[in-house]
Order: sequence, then C-alpha cells, then structure tokens
Amino acid sequence: MITSIRGQSLLSLNEISREAILEVLNTAESFVEVNRRTIKKVPALKGRVVASLFFEESTRTRLSFETAAKRLSADVLSLAVASSSVKKGESLRDTIATIDALGIDAVVLRHRSSGVALQVSRYVPHVRVINAGDGQHQHPTQGLLDAFTIRQVLSERRGTTGLESGGELFEGLRILIVGDIRHSRVARSDIAAYSTLGAEVRVCAPGTLLPDDIERWPVTVATNFDESLEWADVVGLLRLQAERGSGAFVPSLDEFTFTHGLTVERFARMRPETLIMHPGPMNRGVEVDSRVVDAPAAIVEQQVANGVPIRMAVLYLSVAGSGESL
Amino acid sequence: MSSTNEGQARARGLAFFAKSQLMSADDVARALRRMAHEVVERNHSTESLSIIGLQSGGAPIALALAGYLTEISNAPITASLLDVSFYRDDLSHNPVPVSSQTSIDHDLTDRTVVLVDDVLFTGRTIRAALNALSDWGRPRAVQLCVLVDRGHRELPIRPDFVGKNLPTAIDEAIVASLDGVWIGTREAT
Repeated sequence: MITSIRGQSLLSLNEISREAILEVLNTAESFVEVNRRTIKKVPALKGRVVASLFFEESTRTRLSFETAAKRLSADVLSLAVASSSVKKGESLRDTIATIDALGIDAVVLRHRSSGVALQVSRYVPHVRVINAGDGQHQHPTQGLLDAFTIRQVLSERRGTTGLESGGELFEGLRILIVGDIRHSRVARSDIAAYSTLGAEVRVCAPGTLLPDDIERWPVTVATNFDESLEWADVVGLLRLQAERGSGAFVPSLDEFTFTHGLTVERFARMRPETLIMHPGPMNRGVEVDSRVVDAPAAIVEQQVANGVPIRMAVLYLSVAGSGESL
Repeated sequence: MSSTNEGQARARGLAFFAKSQLMSADDVARALRRMAHEVVERNHSTESLSIIGLQSGGAPIALALAGYLTEISNAPITASLLDVSFYRDDLSHNPVPVSSQTSIDHDLTDRTVVLVDDVLFTGRTIRAALNALSDWGRPRAVQLCVLVDRGHRELPIRPDFVGKNLPTAIDEAIVASLDGVWIGTREAT
C-alpha cells in the first residue's frame, strides 16, 4: 500500500491509500490557483526533465500532461511515436533506454497494452513513471481528476472549498458507472479512487461489457439502469471503445443507446442535482445524447480543466519528492 | 507554551520545546501597532500598499497588521497571502507540505508591497517570495516586515520593519505568533 506518492512512480490507483489520494487532491488545489494567474508558471521542477511517451493516440491527456510539466518549469521531451524509430521496429526497452540515456527524471507513458507502465518502471527504476493509461488496466490521473472534480463541484454547492471538505463528502456518496466497463481503464481507476475515498459505487452495463472478475471489484452490479439513475448522486459515463473491439460485444450501437445510453428522456427523469461525467472523447448519440452533455448537470468541461492542476500535483509530488536524483 | 503554538509548530512538521517566553500577546500587539505606524510613516499613505503575508506563519500577522493599518489610516486595507513552496530552492531535498493557498488577487505593478513574516532567519523564504512576486507584475518597491529577526542570514536580505531583534544561537528555535514569542529547541534537552 502506497501512503504517499512523494518520490514514487504512479502506476495504478489500486494499491494507494486514502491519505495518498487526498494529498494529491489537496496539492492540486494550490495548482488551481497557479492556473488562474496571469503568469501560470512556478519554478518547482526547474531543470528537471519529463519525457512524454504516447504509444497510443491521445489529445487531452497528452496536452494536459505536457502543459502541467511546462507550468512546473520542467523541460519536456516529447516523443512523436509515429515519426520515431519505434516505426522501424525498435523495441520498447531500447526506446526507453535511449531516452533514459538523455537523462530524465520522469516519464509519462501511454501504451495500448496493460502493464507496460509497470514494466518500464522495472527497466528504469531510478526514473519516476507516471502511467497515462495502459491498455485496459489503469489511468490513474483520470481517476484522481474525476475525484477532484466531484469534490470541487459538491464543495462549491455546499458553500465551502475542496480543501476544507477533505475526503468527508465522499462518505456514502452514490456513484454509478455506466457502459463499457470491461475495456475501460478509466472505470478501473475511477472505481479504485471512489471506493478508497469511501463512496458507494455501482456499475451498470450489458453483461457482455462487464469484466469476468467483476464480483471481486469493490462495486455492486445493477441490472436496472433507470432505477440506478434515480439512485445515483453522480453518473460516470464511459466511451464505447470500438478500437478495443467493444462493438462486437453489443448487438448494435442503437441497441446499446436504447438500453444503456443517457438519452434526453432518461435525463429528464433524473434528480436535477445529479452530476454527469464523461472522461472523453465522447461518442455523442451513443452513450450520451448531445443535449445532455450540454446541460449544466454535465461537468465534462470541469473534468478537462482539472486535468492540468491534477497532473501538476502528481508530477510535483512524484518528481520534486525524489531528492536523491539531484 | 500555549497549545496553539505547539499546534502551529507541529503543523509545520517541527517539534518545539519551549525554554522561555520572550514576548507576551500584548507585547506582540504593541510591536505590530508600532510597525503599522512605521509603515505609514515611511510610505506617507496606505493607498498604494499591498500587504502580503507569507504562509503559513506570516498569514495571521499580516492580517493583524492590515487591521492596525486600517485603524490608523481610516481606509480599509486587506492582506493577501502567498505560499512560496513552489519557489523554494530546497524543494528537492525537503519537499514542503503544500496545504496553504495563495490569494493575491490584484496586479502588483506599481504597488508598494509589504511582505510580512513571523521570523526572519536565513532569508531563503524571502528570496523565494521575491521570485514569486515578480509573477504578479513589477512592484514599485518591496518592503519587509517581520515580527522577529533572529539573525543568521545566508543571503543579502534585511528587514525594513522589525518587531523585535533576537540574537539567537543557530541550534535554537523560535516560535512567533500573535499569542507571543518563545525561544526553545527542536530537540528535548
């Protein structure tokens, strides 16, 4: 169990304590303030080098990690995989060794295979590895920013701040996660974060889109989607992941929308205070109706905006906390 | 020593064992009131002043100083707070816990900034604060107000307004707050 990510790699939210999660969220509050300044930059990681390695395409995660590193004054080495020697068949191990030879403090890594972040952390034990998504396994910063966004929005409603509410507002909070749970690393990280913080997590999906070992997860499985929507304080939607073959797990997209899509009709029956989240990119009209996403209950934009402060907090704690490399 | 001070010292992750009290709460109040007068005397008016307290020890002192300035000048003055954790030069050796917030809500260009802290020691916190301030513009002048100056500077920094000069040994510790000033040690003797 990791009790603080100071000086540590961040590979997964599974083996991480409530205190470690809250430390990241509280640190991120300070970075929200930095991001509101005219000059959005602090010298905390000056002279440190962060490599950004995305072996799988990404818009928001890559941009927000690189923005975060730059706002901490770190130097960013960004490998464009499509135009690199990876295309000539260079192995992952050799690519990592090459980048390590340039002298790096941290590597932000995304890969289509589960477990690659852990593997790389073994290749280069002196470098902090931040998992930016590995296959269907984990996407820890997404889990952290989702928890941060929920805390931010709910504290604001209660007229207080996230820092003041700490972790308490998660106690007994009802969170429903809907859709392609089987292929989703976001779902795995979200569930780990929410349940560690004390929330009650329910999942709802067609049976084919539930993982085989779901009974070992800290969740309950709901079959009645409409009833669950009324139950939930927060609804987390997931993208139907065609590139991981989820299309073959449902009879048709229309069928999925009919049984598990957040349509305008379903939205109209929900409690007005229920929050709607989506990690993006969205398939508008499949898992969620376009008009629902644009309603005030949907906090998708806050999720994106919080990506930078959360990733600043993770890089700051992980890299600045590793003193021996100086 | 009062439990508040023990709490504050602990909150910064430091043990503190008090030997003796050097200033009472009343002494501190009188020193702050005197420094408020000195600030007005030096700057003639309070109009273009920005009072900035350094988190976390300087924060309550800055708020109290702003209160006295408001009294003296009959114009409301508020204090902003600044956390310099991200600007420190000892981050990689000893990452400072980040739990306090920065609340500077205005451009500091052409303002006279009065930085307020509890204890002036090596000067490294002030160095970090001067770096941080430049991110909010170009102040016309920066002045430094501290409740206690204990010496042992490691940088060419001097205070403009001092509550009390306290020559100390390097291994002694000082706790200074609105409740009073104590000298002691970091380890039980």
